[in-house]
Amino acid sequence: MATVRIPPVLRPKTGGQSEVEAAGADVGEVLRALTAAHPDTSEQLFDAEGALNRYVNVYLNDEDVRVLGGLETAVKEGDTVVILPAMAGG
Amino acid sequence: MASGAETQTTVIEEIEPFEAAEEIRGGDVVLVDTREPHEYQEAHLENGRLVPPGLLGDEIVTAAPDKSARTIIYCRSGNRSAIAAAQLQALGYDNVASMAGGILAWQEQGLPVIAASGMTAEQRDRYSRHTLLPEVGVDGQVKLLNAKVLLLGAGGLGAPTALYLAAAGVGTIGLVDDDVVDASNLQRQVIHNTERIGMPKTESARIFIEALNPDVKVVEHNGRLDAGNILDVIGDYDIVVDGADNFPTRYLLNNASVRLRKPVVSASILGFDGQISTFAPFEGPCYRCLYPTPPPAELAPSCSANGVLGVMAGTMGTLQANEVIKLVLGAGEPLIGRLLLYDALGTRFTELKVRRDPDCPICGENAPEIPESEMGQFPDYDLFCAGAGGDR
Repeated sequence: MATVRIPPVLRPKTGGQSEVEAAGADVGEVLRALTAAHPDTSEQLFDAEGALNRYVNVYLNDEDVRVLGGLETAVKEGDTVVILPAMAGG
Repeated sequence: MASGAETQTTVIEEIEPFEAAEEIRGGDVVLVDTREPHEYQEAHLENGRLVPPGLLGDEIVTAAPDKSARTIIYCRSGNRSAIAAAQLQALGYDNVASMAGGILAWQEQGLPVIAASGMTAEQRDRYSRHTLLPEVGVDGQVKLLNAKVLLLGAGGLGAPTALYLAAAGVGTIGLVDDDVVDASNLQRQVIHNTERIGMPKTESARIFIEALNPDVKVVEHNGRLDAGNILDVIGDYDIVVDGADNFPTRYLLNNASVRLRKPVVSASILGFDGQISTFAPFEGPCYRCLYPTPPPAELAPSCSANGVLGVMAGTMGTLQANEVIKLVLGAGEPLIGRLLLYDALGTRFTELKVRRDPDCPICGENAPEIPESEMGQFPDYDLFCAGAGGDR
C-alpha cells in the first residue's frame, strides 16, 4: 500500500481526507485505485486518454514522476505519492 | 628582501601588495589583518582575518591553525605586520610574509578593499545583531545595504517580506502594486493599518518602512506589470520576490526574469497551505519547469474565494525574506531546486525536488534565442494567458 497525499483543493472529492491509502505496483495503478475509490477525483487527474493532466504534478516521495518513469514508475510498500496543484495566491 | 624588528635581527619575508594579490588569487593563502577592530571595520582586505597586535599570541592559532600554510600578514602601513611576522616565526610559522606598505600601499596600487565606511555609528548599532554573526559580519551588512530587491505585490506575501527586508537594511526596496488598502487586507497584510484604508498600498508600505528603517529607499511602482514594462521595471533590481496573486503575472515574471537572469524568490498561499521555492535562471529550474501549464480555475481558487489563514502570509513571507537575505549574503543554502510545502494545520514541512526541464520553452537548451528587437514581446505568454486561470 502507498499513501496518496491529497491537496486541499481535491479534498472535497475524497470526503475531506488529506491522505488516502491506495494499492498499486506503479504510480498509474495507485492513482487509478484512488479514482476508483473516489470517482470525482478522476476528472482533475486524468485526461480523456487516461494520461495525467499536464497541470497536475505528481511526486513519488520527493521526486517528480516526470523525471522518473511517469505513470509507470514503480511504487514500493510505504511510498508516498504526492499530488501537487499550482497555487497562485499571494 | 629583509627587514627586522628593532630589538632582534630576525629576517622576515616582505612582499609588495601586487605580489600578495597574485598569491591570494592563486588560492591557499591565509590572510591575517593585524590592526584594531575599528580600523578593520573601516576597510579591510577580503578574507582578511582580524588578529589585533595585543591578542596575537592568544588568537593566532585560531585564525591560522596551520603553521606551515602560506600566511600573509598586513596592517596599515607595514610596521605592525613586520613585527607580527617575526612573532609568528618565533611561534613556529615557517611560511610567513609581511605586506610592505600595508593596506595604504595596497589601495594606492588600485587593489580592492571591503569598505565599511558606508556604515555610520548608528548603523553599526542598528545592525549589531547581524554583524555579530560570522555569516553576516560587516561585509554582509554592507552587501544588504547595497542590495536592490523588487517585491511583486505589497499584499499578503509582500507585506511581511518587505518588513523583514527593511529591518535587515536592504538598501533599496521596490514595491509593485496597483491596489489600495482595504479592511479585509488587514487580517494578514500587517504593513498596512486601519488609518491608511483607501491609500495606495505602495504608499502605505513606504510609510511603515521609512519609520522602521530610514536607511531603506522605497521605490513605488504603483501599477501593474505587463509585457510592455516588465523588463524595464525588473532590470534595475538584483532579486525579485514573487508575491503576485495570479498565474499570468507569475508566468510573465518568469519569462522576463529568465531573460534578464534575475533570481526570483517565489511563494504562494491558500487556506492553510503554502509553497516556496527560489528560481535561479539557468542554475536551477525556472517556474515553467515546475509548472509547465497553469491549472484550470476550479483547481486554483483565489484567496478571496477560498480564504487564507492570515498568519500563512507571515510564515511564507518571512521565509521569502530569509531566501533573499541568503542570496544577497551568499550564505547558507537557498531553495534552488527545492520546493518547500508548508501545512499550517499540521505544522508540517515537506520538501520536494524540482529539476530543470531540458525541454522547457523558457530556460531549456532549445529555448529560442530572443533577438534584441523582440525583447519586450512575449508572444508565448500572450497565448498562454488566453487559456490560463487568473484570479484576483
